[in-house]
Amino acid sequence: MYKYIAKRLLLMIPTLIGAAILVFFLLRLIPGDVCELRLAGTGLYADPEQIKLCRENLGLNDHILVQFATFVIGFVTFDLGDSMWTGNPITHEIGLRFQLSLQIAFMATFVAVIISIPLGVISAVKQDTWIDYVVRSFSIFGIAIPSFWLGIMIILGLLIVTQAWTGVPWMPPIEYVSPFEDLGANMSQLIWPAVATGYRYSAVATRMTRSALLEVLREDYIRTARAKGLLEKIIINRHALKNSLLPVVTIIGIEFAFLMGGLVVTEQVFNLNGLGKLFVESVLQNDYNLTQALVMIVVAIFVFTNFIVDLFYAWLDPRIRYS
Amino acid sequence: MRKIYSKLALSLVVGGGLALGAVGTASTAHAVKTGGTLNFVVGSTITTSDLHRETTFGVVHPFRPFYSLLIKVNPENPSSPTDFICDLCEGSVPKGTDGFKNYTFTIRKGVKFHDGTPLTAHDIVATYNKIIFPPKDVPSARKSFFKMVDTITAPDDFTVVFKLKFPSGSFIPAVATPFNIIYSKKDLDTYGYEWHTKNINGTGAFKLAEIQPGSHVSGVKNPDYFVKGRPYLDGFKSIIAPKMAVRLNAIRGDRAAIEFRGFPPKARDDLVAALGDKITVQESDWNCVLLNTINHKKKPFDDARVRRALTLAMDRWAGSKYLSKIAIVKTVGGVVFPNHPLAATKAELVKLAGYSEDIKASQTEAMRLLKEAGVPNLKIDFLNRGVDQPYKVVGTWAIDQYKKIGVNAVQKVQPSSVFYDSLRKKHDFDVSADFNCQSVINPIADVTKFLGSSGNNYGQYEDQPLEDIYNKLAVAATEKEQRVLMREYETRAISDQAHLGVTLWWYKINAYRSYVKGWKIAPSHYLNQALDNIWLDQ
Repeated sequence: MYKYIAKRLLLMIPTLIGAAILVFFLLRLIPGDVCELRLAGTGLYADPEQIKLCRENLGLNDHILVQFATFVIGFVTFDLGDSMWTGNPITHEIGLRFQLSLQIAFMATFVAVIISIPLGVISAVKQDTWIDYVVRSFSIFGIAIPSFWLGIMIILGLLIVTQAWTGVPWMPPIEYVSPFEDLGANMSQLIWPAVATGYRYSAVATRMTRSALLEVLREDYIRTARAKGLLEKIIINRHALKNSLLPVVTIIGIEFAFLMGGLVVTEQVFNLNGLGKLFVESVLQNDYNLTQALVMIVVAIFVFTNFIVDLFYAWLDPRIRYS
Repeated sequence: MRKIYSKLALSLVVGGGLALGAVGTASTAHAVKTGGTLNFVVGSTITTSDLHRETTFGVVHPFRPFYSLLIKVNPENPSSPTDFICDLCEGSVPKGTDGFKNYTFTIRKGVKFHDGTPLTAHDIVATYNKIIFPPKDVPSARKSFFKMVDTITAPDDFTVVFKLKFPSGSFIPAVATPFNIIYSKKDLDTYGYEWHTKNINGTGAFKLAEIQPGSHVSGVKNPDYFVKGRPYLDGFKSIIAPKMAVRLNAIRGDRAAIEFRGFPPKARDDLVAALGDKITVQESDWNCVLLNTINHKKKPFDDARVRRALTLAMDRWAGSKYLSKIAIVKTVGGVVFPNHPLAATKAELVKLAGYSEDIKASQTEAMRLLKEAGVPNLKIDFLNRGVDQPYKVVGTWAIDQYKKIGVNAVQKVQPSSVFYDSLRKKHDFDVSADFNCQSVINPIADVTKFLGSSGNNYGQYEDQPLEDIYNKLAVAATEKEQRVLMREYETRAISDQAHLGVTLWWYKINAYRSYVKGWKIAPSHYLNQALDNIWLDQ
C-alpha cells in the first residue's frame, strides 16, 4: 500500500513540470499585451513610451527564457509574484477567491451526492418502471441544462416571485461574506449557485450510479446472495453499492476538481468572486503571472484529487490495494 | 505622436471665457437627508488605486471619492462642457495671465488628508510633478496631456503657479481630468511613487474602509471633509460586477442603488417596467463616439473613393432611430461632441458624405464610386471588439449598411486583447471598429484622433493638409474662427478623404433607484464621481 502511495506521489512531479512548460509557452502565443490593454483599452490616448515603461516594469521585455526561469523558480519557492493587472501579490489574489471556490465546490458536491446516490440506486433497483423513467428524465435534464442558464433562471425567478409575493424583489447578495462572519448571508448567496451546479453534477453522478449498480446487480455473487435468501436491502447496501461506487467516486473527484476552477460562467452569473472568474479575467487581461499561477494551482488540485481518488480505489477494491 | 501633442499644446481655449467661468455650487432645493450607505455596481475590474497611472473608469468610480482634485467639472452642471469650478483651490478657476501662460491657484486652507496631515500648495506641486514630470521608471498615463507645462511652483504654502511654455486651451480641461487626484507630498517623499498603487490617503469626502480585490471597495464618511455638511452619506460600497445582467439585477433586487456608467435602453425599460417610480432615469449625450477606422495601407482602402463609399453607405439618421432602441448610441454627429459650441449643426452635417437624409442617393453614389475605383464587389473583413454594448450591435449594423452597397463584409469579433493587437500593432485589418472616449470635453484635444500623426489613430495615413488645418485650429483665438476651421477639418477628415467613419455618438442612460438623490448625469462616465453631493431619501 505504501509503495502504491509513493508511486502515485512521484507521478505528480512530471505532470506538474509538463503543465508548467505548456502553460508558460502557450500563454505567450495568445495575441495581446497587458500594458496595451491597461493603457489603451479605454480608448484614451496611450503614450507608447508609457506602454514601453509598463512592459519593462513587468519584466515583459526580458528574454523569454529569463521569464520562464523566473516563473519556475517562483513556483518552486512558492513565490508566485504579483498580478500584472492589479499589482497585488498573486497569493493574496488567489487566497481571497480560494475560500469561496472551495466552499462552492463542497456545497455543490454535497448537493450532488445527496441527490445522485439515492436516485441512482432507486433508478437501478426499479429499472424500467415509471420511477426509473422519472429519475432518468430528471438526470437528462440536468445534463442538458447548462448550470449558468439554470443560475440565470434562479435569479430571475427569485426576483419575479418575491416581487409578486411580497412586493419587493429579492435576489441573492452579490458580494461574498465569509461563513465565519455571517453564516446566514453566506448561505443566502452560495446556496443558489451550489444548487445550480450541483444539479448538473448530480445528473452525471446519478446516471453513473445507476449504470454501475445495474452492472453489479447482474454479477454472479449477487445472484448467489439472493439464492442464499439475503434481504434485498442488505444485498444492495452491503454487497452491490460499495462495489458499484468506483466509477461514481471517479466522477465525483473529477467534478470537484473542475468546480474549483471551472465555474467560469456560473460565477459570473452570480457575481461570485471565485477562481473561475479570476481565471477568465486574467486570460482576457493577458495577465501572464496570474494565469500561470492559476493554471498551476488547478493542475495541482486535479493531480491531488486524482491522488485521493486513487486512494479511494485502493480502499474500495482490495485487488488494487494488494496488486 | 510627440508632434501631435506639441500641436495640441498650442491650442487656445475653446470659448475661453465660458470655459474658465466658475459657477458656484447650487444649493439643494429640498431637505437633504443624511446617513446611509450607497451601494453601487461597477462594470469593470480594478487595476491599481494609483489613478495617475491608470485609464479605466473602473478605478475612478471606487477611488475618486477618497480624493480631491485641484479643479473639477461643476457637479451641479456636469452637462456643460465648459463649466469648471475649484475643488482644492479657492475662488474661481484662474483665467491665466501673461498671455495665458501663467495660472495661479490659491489653495484652500484647513484641508486635511485622511491621516491628519494638513494640505498645502506643496502637495499640489508634488502631485503634478508626479503626473507631468515623473521619474524615469514611474508611469504616468496623462503626462502627455501637459506638454505645455513648463514649471509648477509654490511661492508660498497656499499658492500654486503653473507656468506654461505656450498658451494652451487644453490646459484647464486637462487639470480638471478626474484622474488627477491630489496626493500628500509627505506620502510621496516617505513611501515613494509605488505606495499609492495599494494605499489610499486623500482629502476626499470618504475614507477608505476596505478593498477586497475582485469584490468591492468601501469607504466611510470623512468627518473632516473640507466642505462643511458634506458628505451626506455615512459611507459607500462599490461592488465590482463586470456582467451587465448582474448590475441590472442588482438594481432591481436593490443589492445596489445605481450604476454610473450606463445601461442600454432595453435595460432601462425593463427596470422601469418592473419597478415603476422606484426607478429614476437620467439621460445624456456621451463623450464617446464609435468610429470605423480604415486601414489606408491596405488596398483598395488607400483610394479615397473607396473610403468615401464606405461612409456614404451608412444611413446614420435611420441608424440613430433604430439603434437607439437597443444600444447605447443615439446622436448623429461629426468629429465634435454634439451640442458643443464647436459641433456641426444638422444643416452643416447633412452636407457631409454619409449624413444626407436621402440615403438612396448616398448609396447610389457609393456604388458609383466603388465601380469607378474598380472594386464594385468589394470584400471587407470588419474587425470588432467582443463587447456587446455598443460595439457588436453597431458592428452588425455597419455590416448591413455595407451590404446595401454591394460590399461583402464579414465581421470578425475578437476579445479585447486580440482586438488591440490587430488594431494597434499588427495593422492586419481592413476596417475596424474604433472609438474615441474622453472624460472632460475638450474638442480641440479630442479631434486629434482624426490626425494620421496622432498616437491613437490606427488608420496609417499621412494627410498634411489636414495637419495644416489643425495647426491653424489649435491657435485660432476666437470661437468663430475655431468653428470655421473645425468645419474645414471635419469635412476633410470624415467626408472628402473619409479617413475614418463616424458612426453614432454614445448615449448615456442611468437608471437607478429613486431614493438616490443629488447626483446629476454627466456626459462622461468618468465625471461627477466624488459622491459628496449624493444623499439617500430613505
